Amino acid sequence: MALLEIEDLEVEFPNRHGTLTALRGINFTLDESERLGIVGESGAGKSMAAFAILNLISEPGRISKGRIVFEGRDLAKLDEEEIRAIRGDRISMIFQDPMMTLNPVLTVGVQMIETLKAHRDISDEDARKLALARLREVQIPSPEARLDAYPHELSGGLRQRVVIAIALLSDPAIIIADEPTTALDVTIQAEVLALLLALCRDHATALILITHDLAVVSQITERIIVMYAGSIVEAGATRQIIDTPQHPYTIGLIAALPEQNAPGQPLNQIRGSMPSLNNIPPGCAFAPRCDYATDICHRIVPNLTTAHGQSVACHHAGQLQPQESVRDTERAVS
Amino acid sequence: MSDTSTPLVEVRDVHKRFPLPSSFLSSARPKVHALNGVSITVQRGEAFCLVGESGCGKTTLGRTVIGLEKPTRGEVHYGGQRVDTLDDTARKPIRQHMQMIFQNPYASLNPRMTVQQILEEPLRFHCPELNATDISETVNEVMTSVGNDPAWGQRYPHEFSGGQRQRISIARALMVSPEFIVADEPISALDVSIQAQVLNVLMDAQAQRGLTYLFITHDLSVVEHFGTRVAVMYLGTVCELTKTKDLFATPRHPYTQLLLSAIPRMDGQAFKHQPIPGEVPSPVNLPSGCVFHGRCPHANDRCRTEVPLLNSTKSTAQVACHAVEEGRI
Repeated sequence: MALLEIEDLEVEFPNRHGTLTALRGINFTLDESERLGIVGESGAGKSMAAFAILNLISEPGRISKGRIVFEGRDLAKLDEEEIRAIRGDRISMIFQDPMMTLNPVLTVGVQMIETLKAHRDISDEDARKLALARLREVQIPSPEARLDAYPHELSGGLRQRVVIAIALLSDPAIIIADEPTTALDVTIQAEVLALLLALCRDHATALILITHDLAVVSQITERIIVMYAGSIVEAGATRQIIDTPQHPYTIGLIAALPEQNAPGQPLNQIRGSMPSLNNIPPGCAFAPRCDYATDICHRIVPNLTTAHGQSVACHHAGQLQPQESVRDTERAVS
Repeated sequence: MSDTSTPLVEVRDVHKRFPLPSSFLSSARPKVHALNGVSITVQRGEAFCLVGESGCGKTTLGRTVIGLEKPTRGEVHYGGQRVDTLDDTARKPIRQHMQMIFQNPYASLNPRMTVQQILEEPLRFHCPELNATDISETVNEVMTSVGNDPAWGQRYPHEFSGGQRQRISIARALMVSPEFIVADEPISALDVSIQAQVLNVLMDAQAQRGLTYLFITHDLSVVEHFGTRVAVMYLGTVCELTKTKDLFATPRHPYTQLLLSAIPRMDGQAFKHQPIPGEVPSPVNLPSGCVFHGRCPHANDRCRTEVPLLNSTKSTAQVACHAVEEGRI
């Protein structure tokens, strides 16, 4: 049985003009110790999907439909106190900006001990020992000294390591990492990713990695979900998605990367930009930008259908010729 | 200025220091050593890329070239003429030939001006002789050439998405028909599918107008696609300067090798990255000798004491490394 099962999740934000549906029909599962990537551009709803798992959706947003089953319980139905017992204990989070996650006026040690004591009955001394062990595990140089350091005394890479150490404190079943390396330089990113990968393997922790960077997910995860305008457009094994994308959006996204194009030649591009959530077109949300869109695409929302282990939400799935046909002559017109 | 043999831009041994506030007890003012003896030349028609991690001085170098910073020491030449010592009046005719595109299109467009006003402003400043019809014709022509609808003119920047705003910034830079553009991370703030659109606009503009770019970025895959030559910077120095193709085929400097191995790839191979312990030292107290010696697996006593110069190797690559020069790597 899957560790985490998300069924038909929908998140709504009421506003002046009615309600805005930020997520619709989200279905996915996460197995024990599986590493899952959620990819998409800003505003696609990838962070929202992950935040919904821990009920971290800010007011007035709410989960309006669906189930989030974790260890036999529906997290969407838990009250604030019950969900707090799970947050940071069974499921922990790593955010993009470590400076926002860490409390600037508390030392690293105090924050780590506080986290431990919030979830279990542990003496200060034991908590400090465990904190020190975790700092060693994330390869922070001179961990004893770092326990008494304040976050501003650490570099960006070290801060993110501290955040990872805190996320690991209680041996969670799932770590949700929201763009954990986006704010870091490329060499530091490589170190932090290698560390995250090794720790998830060692602890058999499942990972949900949210990122816009296809190369990063392809190196870290086993399975990928591609999101667009609040829905899942494609899901499947990482290699399968990267090598043989089926949805025109995924095809276009991969083809647009500079490394997929001959140097100096115009890049393949997807015309236009993602619609805002209060203005999602009827039918397939990607249709206005899609080269293959036909009449049906503009009228009927495609369902996510699975063939050969790869799920695609496209009326023309399986009939597209990837790569070649996405060449876009009508460039830079929105 | 039309001489093709002289490089369009020449930076000679430029140093730039930024003084920090003095501390409470001592009168000595510590300095940030942002640039330490950088020399580069940019040829006409090139897309010269500056790469490096945050704090390596790439933006400071770009700003120094365009005249937004004055070098503490060293010279900047443009079209054969020394420009870093010129005052504002003497610089004005040169300014028209150089433009800058900034990273954040949300901060670089004045929110209280319409797109039309934003685009007209540089033209009114540099070409006061033009009449209103000429100006609006130029606006239309430039907007169309970067794929923008000229009807956007009456709208304000907040009405546009990030990619559209960056195309407006590009249009603004192109208004005065410059020959040289410094683009500081112009696509870093954009989504992947939009990055391709903006890069294409930049490449089109280069082809149509014969532009020369100084392109500042941390994204090596963009450099590989876009750059003619590339300078890799670390802690205010250029550690390797070569043709883009050569850099990716045979990186010479140990830091370049580290940087290239860190790029995440989609080819399905496992992580090849060999992390080098340690972090970039502070630019306030520069290490002696080679700035990279503290992290370099090939460092010896010479590297710790003597600053390596950017030497030409057998190929066209210039590498600032004692180990490469001595044939140890």
